[in-house]
Amino acid sequence: MTPTPAFILTVLLGLSALAYHVGRRRALAVVSGKVRDLHSLPSYYGAHAALWCALPALAVFLLWNIFEGTLITHVVLGGLPDAYQQKSPAELNLVINDIRNTVRGIVAGTPDPVITAAAERYRQWQSLGSFALVAVVAGLGGAGIGYAWRQIVPQFRARNRVERAMSAFLVTCSTVAIFTTIGIVLSVAFESMLFFTKVPVTDFLFGLDWSPQTAIRADQTGASGSFGMIPLFVGTLLVSLIAMIVAVPLGLLSALYLAEYAPPAVRTYGKPLLEVLAGIPTVVYGFFAALTVAPLIRSAGTALGLEVASESALAAGAVMGIMIIPFVSSLSDDVINAVPQAMRDGSYALGATKSETIKQVILPAALPGIVGSVLLAVSRAIGETMIVVMAAGLSANLTLNPLDSVTTVTVQIVTLLVGDQEFDSPKTLAAFALGLVLFTVTLALNIIALRVVRKYREQYE
Amino acid sequence: MNKPTTTARGVYTIPEERRIGGKAHLALVTRRNAAERRFRAYGIAALGLSLLFLVTLFVTIIGNGASAFRQTYVKLDVNFAADVLDPDGKRDPATLGSANYLTLVRNTLRSQLPDTEGRAALREAQGLISSAANYQLREMVLADPLLVGQTRPVWVLASALVDATLKGGIDRNLPESDRKISDRQLGWLDKLAAEGRIERRFNSVLFTAGDSREPEQAGIWGAVMGSFYTMVVTLALSFPIGVAAAIYLEEFAPRNRWTDLIEVNINNLAAVPSIVYGLLGLAVFINWFGLPRSAPLVGGLVLTLMTLPVIIIASRAALTSVPPSIREAALGMGASKMQTVTHHVLPLALPGMLTGAIIGMSRALGETAPLLMIGMVAFIVDVPTGFTSHATVLPVQIYLWADSPERAFVERTSAAILVLLGFMVAMNALAVILRKRFERRW
Repeated sequence: MTPTPAFILTVLLGLSALAYHVGRRRALAVVSGKVRDLHSLPSYYGAHAALWCALPALAVFLLWNIFEGTLITHVVLGGLPDAYQQKSPAELNLVINDIRNTVRGIVAGTPDPVITAAAERYRQWQSLGSFALVAVVAGLGGAGIGYAWRQIVPQFRARNRVERAMSAFLVTCSTVAIFTTIGIVLSVAFESMLFFTKVPVTDFLFGLDWSPQTAIRADQTGASGSFGMIPLFVGTLLVSLIAMIVAVPLGLLSALYLAEYAPPAVRTYGKPLLEVLAGIPTVVYGFFAALTVAPLIRSAGTALGLEVASESALAAGAVMGIMIIPFVSSLSDDVINAVPQAMRDGSYALGATKSETIKQVILPAALPGIVGSVLLAVSRAIGETMIVVMAAGLSANLTLNPLDSVTTVTVQIVTLLVGDQEFDSPKTLAAFALGLVLFTVTLALNIIALRVVRKYREQYE
Repeated sequence: MNKPTTTARGVYTIPEERRIGGKAHLALVTRRNAAERRFRAYGIAALGLSLLFLVTLFVTIIGNGASAFRQTYVKLDVNFAADVLDPDGKRDPATLGSANYLTLVRNTLRSQLPDTEGRAALREAQGLISSAANYQLREMVLADPLLVGQTRPVWVLASALVDATLKGGIDRNLPESDRKISDRQLGWLDKLAAEGRIERRFNSVLFTAGDSREPEQAGIWGAVMGSFYTMVVTLALSFPIGVAAAIYLEEFAPRNRWTDLIEVNINNLAAVPSIVYGLLGLAVFINWFGLPRSAPLVGGLVLTLMTLPVIIIASRAALTSVPPSIREAALGMGASKMQTVTHHVLPLALPGMLTGAIIGMSRALGETAPLLMIGMVAFIVDVPTGFTSHATVLPVQIYLWADSPERAFVERTSAAILVLLGFMVAMNALAVILRKRFERRW
């Protein structure tokens, strides 16, 4: 019975609880119960001991879990017969996979005795490692308690130590955002670089043809794959444009009505109801688009004598527009409310009606903010995935006809990456290159939009 | 004629019709009022149209999905024939377990329904009931071996075809070649219905089973558990990290380039398309760290990174709303900065932070795209049992079912959507209640 990680963590938790208790008791004992003689409250001495008990042991635990696989594999491979040692790295990888599968109890076909033996050794090392880990973790925990115990004297500044540890934790957490950005940029850029060694950047950025099917075997014909992203980009822009045509007037007019005209009762219920539209999962919109809207548009088009593709850009774009209405309306609502009341009052005093005030005073004043909110909505539309995956097509047509079927950047990323994949084929890497384009475009839009909105807000503050 | 005239004494007079109450003035006022009403009507129309979309969406989904909560069952008089189940008469569980229950079902159908001679007819008859019937009979026999040799009425699951026909999903009036159910099958159905052998019950399969290729046997429990494990990981990581980051940025951080950089990062991450997080998860968690595919652990990690900005922003707002006087009072009493925050500011800001966290979680619960990237889109029959077992989540299940051509899956997709929306409504209601209950006006 090898100890599981959960078991080790539970032991460690128990040990730290013990450490807390011991540290507290010791602190009280040092001053024989007179708390005022201590530098810090007794609980800080307890916390200090618990930290010393848990942190070093936890570090070892994490390190072991990260490197366990590599270490054991190395040792086990070293013990393989010479015939196996001389294999090429690729073959060796297969052997390692076989061994690991055997360890997990997945055996396909007749097992190779060498591999079975290696798997047995692997299992032995694994269990040995786990037991050693328990011993080390428990030992370190104990040593930590001992060290903290010895440090406890009335003058010891336990609170300062504990607080320093806490601030270190806070700082670390706040850097997660930076690491996430770095992670996104690095992962996407790195795979894109690999892609651009196989397909020239210019072909990718300016190519007019997208058909990512590559030959699986060398002797297959006609399928070298072409990776020109223009059709995808045009498709994305077309769908986003349709979405904006739906969302901007509806969202803006709703926001104006709610902010300027609506009686309080309508405003209290209308605003949250509108925001429900933003809370509905996009997969639901996708289902709605594919099941209801697309057939509706198709039959309407047929009745008018138009040829409509069953997965038309119009259906996907219209439904996406519905989804985006609340983004436009709630952001515009904020900027409209930020226009100072004095400007409205001035306009009314000159005899302007409400609509004249809105058109000639409020809208011009709020315009930068509205533009910013529309830009944010556009970036949302470009990055939206599920609606287009479910309602738009897969064929990369270079067209501006909204009744035709188009495909988008996000749809292609999903199609290229769902299912089995290898990390060295241009097909998979192309998805990362598309991701890079998507990330760059949306990032640029966001930065511009946020800057516009902020500048505008400062104007009236 | 409209020109102002100047009299001899130099007094400026406005012509009659342009004075207040004059003809031109009245026309202008009428025009302006009409424009005013028109503009107002546009606003009402826009709001009404948006809300109409919302209503249409819900009506469509409910209309499609409501019927999925009831499922058709058929009562068959099953003869648990000893010669089929237990030819050697030892009642050995191994023999009983591996017996041919399909034959049992076929024999039952043959005896129950008229004119089932011939392979084609038998196959059609078999099309009336779900293939789950075999397993059901097997379970019954294994639980009670004394059944062998007896004849018992058993309610078995009807096939998706029968279910759809009885719910009106298939038009009986179409010519036989245009509908999936044959005349002969319809005849059998009418006979069974006349004998009171058809019943519609609460669809418990939907809430207890994992995915299946057969619509009548497919359930959402596997996906619900997958979502649960994923959400546990997300909440356990994003809430503490998000709150800690917010506390640092709001209470401790000096205003310098470094904190500006962090803030810009957080604001931008909140607007990065979710699919990009999926690419990050695929490249970093799966390809570099070698974490397993399709696992709730990886899904939870990806969603954590995605929800973090939301939680940080909400938590910061909650911290700012705590008045400075609280902090000053605590500091004045000799508390350290950290004590001020942990003992006084944090408890007051916690309801707001929880509200933000719940809203972030409800968004994560509905997220699909990044999970497609990390392989949570597989066809998984088993209900996941842990953080590293293969799993899918509720929205991905909806996506998978939405792709299936069968009519019965449309119904189930809508039902799954209703369940998902139910969870989200519950979470948001909880957030609203929390806010109402604990919100303090200073």
